[in-house]
Amino acid sequence: MLEIKNLHASVGDVEILKGVNLSVNAGEVHAIMGPNGSGKSTLANALAGHANYKVTAGSVTFDGKDLLAQPPEQRARAGLFLSFQNPIEIPGVRLDHFLRAGLNAVNKSKGLEELDVLKFDRLIAKKVKVVEMDRAFARRAVNEGFSGGERKRSEILQMAVLEPKLAILDEPDSGLDVDALRVVSEGINELRSPERSLLLITHYQRILSYVVPDFIHIIVNGRFVRSGGKELALEIEAEGYDKYTEAAGAPAGE
Amino acid sequence: MTTSNEVVQQAAAQEYKYGFITDIEAESTPPGLNEDIVRWISAKKEEPEWLLEWRLRALRHFLTLLEKEQLPAWANVSYPPINFQDIIYYSAPKSRPESLEEVDPEILETYRKLGISLDEQKLLAGVAVDAVFDSVSVATTFKTELAKQGIIFGSFSDAVREHPDLVRKYLGSVVPYTDNFYASLNAAVFTDGSFCYIPKGVRCPVDLTTYFRINAAGTGQFERTLIIADDDSYVSYLEGCSAPMRDENQLHAAVVELVTEENAEIKYSTIQNWYPGDANGKGGIYNFVTKRGRCEGRNSKISWTQVETGSAITWKYPSVILKGDNSIGEFYSVALTKGHQQADTGTKMVHIGKNTRSTIISKGISAEHAENTYRGQVKVMPNADNARNITRCDSLLIGDQCGAHTTPYVEVRNNSAKLEHEAYTSRVSEDQLFYCNQRGISLEDAQALVINGFCKEVFSKLPFEFAVEATRLLEVNLEGTVG
Amino acid sequence: MTTQNIPVSNLDQYIAAFEGLEQNGAAQDPAWLRQLRLDAFHRFTELGFPTARRGNEEWKYTDVGPLAKTAFQSPASTAVPVLDFQSVQPFTYGGATGNRIVFVNGAYSESLSSVARHPESLTLAPFSQALSLDGDLVQRHLGKNADYKEQAFVALNTAFLHDGALVHVPEGAVVEEPVLILHLSADGKDTVTHPRTLVVAAKDSKVTILESYGGLADGAYFANAVTEIILEPGAEVRHYRMQRQSEQAYHVATTSVTLSEGSSYTSVALDMGGKLTRNNLNALVAGEGASCVLNGAYLVTGRQHVDNQVIIDHASPHTTSRELYKGVLDGRSQAVFHGSIIVQRGAQKVDAKQEDRNLLLSDHCEADTRPAFWIYADDVKCAHGASSGKLDDDALFYLKSRGLDEQEARSLLTKGFVHDITATIAHESIRAHTEAAVSGWLEKL
Repeated sequence: MLEIKNLHASVGDVEILKGVNLSVNAGEVHAIMGPNGSGKSTLANALAGHANYKVTAGSVTFDGKDLLAQPPEQRARAGLFLSFQNPIEIPGVRLDHFLRAGLNAVNKSKGLEELDVLKFDRLIAKKVKVVEMDRAFARRAVNEGFSGGERKRSEILQMAVLEPKLAILDEPDSGLDVDALRVVSEGINELRSPERSLLLITHYQRILSYVVPDFIHIIVNGRFVRSGGKELALEIEAEGYDKYTEAAGAPAGE
Repeated sequence: MTTSNEVVQQAAAQEYKYGFITDIEAESTPPGLNEDIVRWISAKKEEPEWLLEWRLRALRHFLTLLEKEQLPAWANVSYPPINFQDIIYYSAPKSRPESLEEVDPEILETYRKLGISLDEQKLLAGVAVDAVFDSVSVATTFKTELAKQGIIFGSFSDAVREHPDLVRKYLGSVVPYTDNFYASLNAAVFTDGSFCYIPKGVRCPVDLTTYFRINAAGTGQFERTLIIADDDSYVSYLEGCSAPMRDENQLHAAVVELVTEENAEIKYSTIQNWYPGDANGKGGIYNFVTKRGRCEGRNSKISWTQVETGSAITWKYPSVILKGDNSIGEFYSVALTKGHQQADTGTKMVHIGKNTRSTIISKGISAEHAENTYRGQVKVMPNADNARNITRCDSLLIGDQCGAHTTPYVEVRNNSAKLEHEAYTSRVSEDQLFYCNQRGISLEDAQALVINGFCKEVFSKLPFEFAVEATRLLEVNLEGTVG
Repeated sequence: MTTQNIPVSNLDQYIAAFEGLEQNGAAQDPAWLRQLRLDAFHRFTELGFPTARRGNEEWKYTDVGPLAKTAFQSPASTAVPVLDFQSVQPFTYGGATGNRIVFVNGAYSESLSSVARHPESLTLAPFSQALSLDGDLVQRHLGKNADYKEQAFVALNTAFLHDGALVHVPEGAVVEEPVLILHLSADGKDTVTHPRTLVVAAKDSKVTILESYGGLADGAYFANAVTEIILEPGAEVRHYRMQRQSEQAYHVATTSVTLSEGSSYTSVALDMGGKLTRNNLNALVAGEGASCVLNGAYLVTGRQHVDNQVIIDHASPHTTSRELYKGVLDGRSQAVFHGSIIVQRGAQKVDAKQEDRNLLLSDHCEADTRPAFWIYADDVKCAHGASSGKLDDDALFYLKSRGLDEQEARSLLTKGFVHDITATIAHESIRAHTEAAVSGWLEKL
């Protein structure tokens, strides 16, 4: 489904990703772990097409098509979803209105029916339950005045509504207490399916005991330095990233 | 990702949709302003002597100001001098209709194009419409139905004939003819407008609507609106405006006066969409308007909501004099300027009575080469114990060639007053656009979404139909100027 | 913006005074300075005094009519009293600094001053010395920052420019000890002085300036001050001002600051004296990465009138400004604050914040606030806030419940209100002295 080959990406003049290779098949969950500044968020943003993250070399195909040639909204419509680490506020714009605009844009591009207000209302009423919130939550303005936990839940809710093929989750666990972590993790698990792949980016091991990955990749200084199964997380938990960072030199900056 | 600037540069100008000209027979005065013209207008409208005298006093005052060159100079707008002797001060469709059936079909067609229906179906939708075409009121619907409850709603001319005592009591009581340059001009030559009286204890069952339309070339429009809400009454009043596309600048100098007696409330909503001129700044309406309300009675309330998208120049400060104790004044405004438009708009809240409260929410959007200024004044007089004001005026800039300005005046002469004023500027950020894009929303829709969100607090104060129209108008206006 | 003015009514007297200046030794000044004075005098006669009449938004709330009508005389040179340092101590921020220059009735007082001439660290000198020893430097900057072509009071000051203070900090120098510039008026009725100060902080230099104005005599004298401050790239200037003119005095002061690339300027102003005070503070943020912090407190009572006009002109990208003014009003006083933030076309990434807060202690005072933006660039962050009100009843009650009486509680809360301003003074002894001055003012209420 997703094929990343020798991906290099820069922020400003600084090269952050220095040749990432990754292959993700349908239904797989890949966790990407690494210390701060290793390039985790850069990978997420470069895949989603943020203008500040310039791809300087390499290729990415998504469902066989060149992903990097597409503007961000086309990537989204093709089924790529990014759960942001720090989602931005859009004052005055209701979350449900925002999501309906998104879903209808996706549906329209696929030639599917656009949902009217009533049909969408039924859909959202169902989906808020995925993150254990009530309908009123979706009537608030997008991320405006949201707590850290609410922001993460909102991101997962959006994933539940948009039903992407590939979801990139950029630290969905950061800043969450135990209860919120459980809700967010269960939400993610509910959305796991044989057709949907997940790229779960995290600094810590703890979310991986809720959302158990098929593969774990350790990223240090813009490169995958090790890949393995879920047991790799426990090793990191016990030993930290030190032995990798020492080998790779100074971190490159996020 | 395309940046908003690139989109601005790529954009083609959005056509003004209401720019057609209606071909009807009109009766006009020759251009120019003197006593004869004023007498002619007054005679044409069969006005009583006192009103003619009032007009003539206003004319003399205006001519004195003109002679001394005391034109208002403080607003942040610039335009070539206006030759007041070149303007036609009266233009009216030749046949004055007695009922809807007699209205010139061309005029009805015009209103249909504007999306205003004067027919019974619309009445069932709960809107009573008074339509002012150039200078005179051409049709008032629903009049008889309202009359059953004692509500007077119709043209100003009719009101002068049918309710002279009411008109005489309130005319000029909020905006005297000496108030300012353009108010003086209006008092001398005003031709028609709407009049509305809500009797004691009556809650007007429908929104009252007036649509203003400038059609004839070389004319100015000088309508005058007077709304009185007597004790314990309520009315919601809607006003819409449009004008044809012409190369010349046309002057619109209206006056609106509102009075609320005890426990009464007037909610006044405007969508102003006069022709703004072409992409090079040629043509367009000079919208120099004086709007003011007086909360005369205790516990009364006046609320102004405006969405300003049109006119080459807007110069307008809907205000509230909070005279009655516990009275409330509100001002909610969205002003969108693009192209070479200039807007200097805001409000005045004058706290005179005790425990008076006012709220000001202003949202200015500036794009392309436009200049958008919020100018506001909050004044707390010495006896206005416990006065409260909250002001928020925010600006959104689109592109790096426009200007957004904020210049509030806060004057406090009572130490029990509590006033809070906050303002900020922003733009649609790249990160907001990217966030929307990542959910599949196109750049253009993302811009519209974010800007709509910016205006939310104001749109939510509009009656539902108007809110829909305002949202659409904003989108139409921003199309081609932003992504 | 239009400036409407009233013509100078007693022009003959101004001409006589202008001619008199030459006879009092100013004829020996260099040709360029004499020309500058002449140009400024011409401009003053054209401009006249500003009026509060309709349309003149800059002077909307302040009427200088009484000042314009008075025929002020220059203090007689024989009238300069012999003062010891003890008698001027209240105006010296504690008097600790060895870098000080004192003017009495506009004339340099050698006995009270302690000037410096260290080419590698600091030059502090009266113009009478500086014009010959630092002539090029003075000529390069004097009159170039404070605009006498548009501002009547700057024109008037420049027309009568004769003596004044020069502070020059050479490249890279860090002056640890603050530099005090003190202007005293010791001659009461209907006299006028035109204090003038020029501060040049060269590249990467650091200096703290204390500027103090005070009156030793009662009566309606008039001090019309102009201060020009130039910050070259990377310079850092802290500028603390205190104005304690006597009760009947008129005080008009214009401070024009020009900030180059990467420089930073901090100003903390305290106004307590004068019958009518008008401060114009103009900061031209002209170089990328420059930043300024402009804070001020004004304390007025009786029939005092104070007007602060602060204009921050962001002419370059990536510049920041922070502005906080606070007023305490009692009696029948009136306080005016008019702050303008200008962001010029192309000055992207400007970050500007402006606040004015007024505390109204009596029923009869008036606070007029006008925080304004004029913005011509889209990628900027600008915010302003303003508020007016009395002391918080809940806070008063809370303090009383802890045993304080009404007077103590009010005084404590008011001090706390002003504290936000004084706390931004970095030097401990200067802060302590300023706070003591505020406390002294409050005790007299």
